[in-house]
Amino acid sequence: MSEGAPPVTQPDEQDDEHADEPTPETAADASPQAKPVTSGAEAVIRALENAGVEYAFGVQGGAIMPVYDALYDSDIRHVTMAHEQGAAHAADAYGIVAGEPGICLATSGPGATNLVTGIADADMDSDPMVALTGQVPTEFVGNDAFQETDTTGVTTPITKDNTFSSDPDRVGTDVSEAFALAGEGRPGPTLVDLPKDITNAATDREPDAPKTPDTYHVQERADEEIVEAAATRIETAKRPVMLLGGGVIKGEASEACREFAIEHNIPVITTMPGTGAFPEDHELSLEGAGMHGTGYANMAITNCDTLIGIGTRFDDRLTGGIESFAPDAELIHVDIDPAEISKNIYAEYPLVGDAQTVVEQLQDAIDSSPEAKKWRVQCQQWKSEYPMDYPAPEDEPLRPEFIVEALDEATSDRAIVTTGVGQHQMWAWQYWTYTEPRTWVSSHGLGTMGYGLPAAIGARLAADDDQEVICVDGDGSFLMTIQGLSVAVREKLDITFVVLNNEYVGMVRQWQDAFFDGRHSASEYNWCPEFDKLAEAFGANGFRIDDYDEVADTIEAAVEYDGPSVIDAHIDPQANVYPMVPSGGDNGQFALTEDQL
Amino acid sequence: MTGGLEGPPPEERIRPTGRRNKQGIRIDPEVEAAHEPRRTVISALVKHEPGVLAEASGLFSRRQFNIESLTVGPTENDDHARITIVVEEPDPEIDQIKKQFRKLVPVISVRELESDAMRRELALVKVTAERPDRVAAVASMYNATTVDSSPETATFEITGSQQKIEAAIETFGQFGIREISRTGTTALARGTSTTAAPLSATESAADGANQDQQYPADDD
Repeated sequence: MSEGAPPVTQPDEQDDEHADEPTPETAADASPQAKPVTSGAEAVIRALENAGVEYAFGVQGGAIMPVYDALYDSDIRHVTMAHEQGAAHAADAYGIVAGEPGICLATSGPGATNLVTGIADADMDSDPMVALTGQVPTEFVGNDAFQETDTTGVTTPITKDNTFSSDPDRVGTDVSEAFALAGEGRPGPTLVDLPKDITNAATDREPDAPKTPDTYHVQERADEEIVEAAATRIETAKRPVMLLGGGVIKGEASEACREFAIEHNIPVITTMPGTGAFPEDHELSLEGAGMHGTGYANMAITNCDTLIGIGTRFDDRLTGGIESFAPDAELIHVDIDPAEISKNIYAEYPLVGDAQTVVEQLQDAIDSSPEAKKWRVQCQQWKSEYPMDYPAPEDEPLRPEFIVEALDEATSDRAIVTTGVGQHQMWAWQYWTYTEPRTWVSSHGLGTMGYGLPAAIGARLAADDDQEVICVDGDGSFLMTIQGLSVAVREKLDITFVVLNNEYVGMVRQWQDAFFDGRHSASEYNWCPEFDKLAEAFGANGFRIDDYDEVADTIEAAVEYDGPSVIDAHIDPQANVYPMVPSGGDNGQFALTEDQL
Repeated sequence: MTGGLEGPPPEERIRPTGRRNKQGIRIDPEVEAAHEPRRTVISALVKHEPGVLAEASGLFSRRQFNIESLTVGPTENDDHARITIVVEEPDPEIDQIKKQFRKLVPVISVRELESDAMRRELALVKVTAERPDRVAAVASMYNATTVDSSPETATFEITGSQQKIEAAIETFGQFGIREISRTGTTALARGTSTTAAPLSATESAADGANQDQQYPADDD
């Protein structure tokens, strides 16, 4: 039905059950060629289509079947995952790379609870994501029915907002609203719980256009008066540093921040989620700070007098002990979420607003660049004092850092890296030179082992064809979600998985050596599956690396291969991650070797 | 263990002299300024929908906000409910409570009430009534209304400030208290001042983000 067409029946002839044509008002929201919806489930899918959704990641099951049945006729490409956790991580990574909410679907009960880790991960990292879960029919809710879980109850603390749909005429709009909310302001996961009777019910009600609830407000521009004061502070700063967080990338402010830093010659540090917000090969870049940040970033953040933190929540892995965090610095804190201001670190200059808008406001307000000549020299000197050089004797076991650098070398600047969590994640972060936003896809706040493989699937589908997708994983992380390899093979996804295999839960082993007298409780595998052969069994291309002279050729072959390949890279099992600031420690006192811990 | 990097060891590095307190505020190490907890009333207007109370109470418990009481009830508008909480926290935490509370999507607005706001609580107190005359005397002292009486018990309704109710309970204690049920504090702002109103176009969700905060207007 086209926009503005007259209703077939007169309004007074219509009754609720017989509204077999959409009203002109709702029809206006649907695309002209789309067939009118006939059920709650079709309204759910229509809401996704209207929002421009191209991919959805999920697993079938009883209570979500009506939604899948409606999806069968849709142009949305559904990627059938091997496990719901993987569906959530894939949707999360899709959201990071695409900048649009990723969609995951699961059935009620175990389907929904399997999503929980992925939802919590997205919540911690403010990644835009919509989870749609089936639910038992409304009349059974509360009776402990088969596969019933209180999904909205379970996910309340880990979603930006969630909704239990209770009206077939409203269910499509619930999904539209969840989509809008996931991406607006500070992004995050939203969830719509879909009872089977609601999705099965007849309705002709087209979903409303995506719109956030009327109680949801986002402040775009910061208070001018504080902007002026902050600009003055920057002008007179003697030791300024910019700290770019994940909010810079999510707020599309990377370019504005880069211009600001370069014009005013201010050294730049990125948080881990902010990786890629500023090119790491630029001389102003000090790379990342915090627990495993570079020595120079940690020296700079500890000794600065003016800290311009943008889109960062001052997580404890960044700050170390609060008492010793940037103790001489006045903080200019830019964040779109007012609750992040002065939550962990008091902000002398609180600037609530959209990152890009506020950086432009600051740019307009600033009259001169800070002098800070000695400071810039000092930062460069720290760079030469604390190089990230590692010893790599040819006759000793392979260094993981060498493999990461070789991977970086073998791929383009826009290649995307996904990781699990642990030592391999830190090496992938430290030794790859990131120059573009949305090329680092990792689990930061929640620290979810097993994130890397499903994330690579989501990232692959969101990425451009010329972007390589490399999953740098650990043996422990890889084993946690390895079933997803079947999805990569089935969907013929061009991904290179590189397992930095030390047959340990390596980060735990490193901590046990440092803080638990070397007692390796439950951290030694001493045996791992042969990942190259396992890959072959899955139908992927398997490779193995043991020595330095195999590295370059193997990586080239794996990256060249058009499809999923797995490199089982046997690294020095005793390799540790440095620098390291122990939990709650002083960033400026980072350890360079174990005996400094 | 292998690995390790080159560079000056920790003891050879320059260190700043300043430090921060646990709330992330820069302090003079000589004068440790600790923020004392204070009791205050926070009122929120919320959408009257399922789950909103659970969402609010869940927020307070998981962020370890110390809530003394929480009440919820309908308002003049059927679509809205009012949640009133009494908290005892230092200023930075009170700010956080307001901001985190405001962030919940069904929450329309949040306001901390002035100290002169009207605060009332209701208590039902069931005492042993072996000496009815003396019980009645205490009841009249606190303007308590008799709700129920039996040969052995008398139950009173007391309304007023938290302090008044606590004083009444203490005095009734001499007769032997059998059971108590209290509502927690509900409150409204005085006069034309609104308690927590629907947001107008000029207000934003970020209002109060920087409340009670001084930023240096000019720099040295």
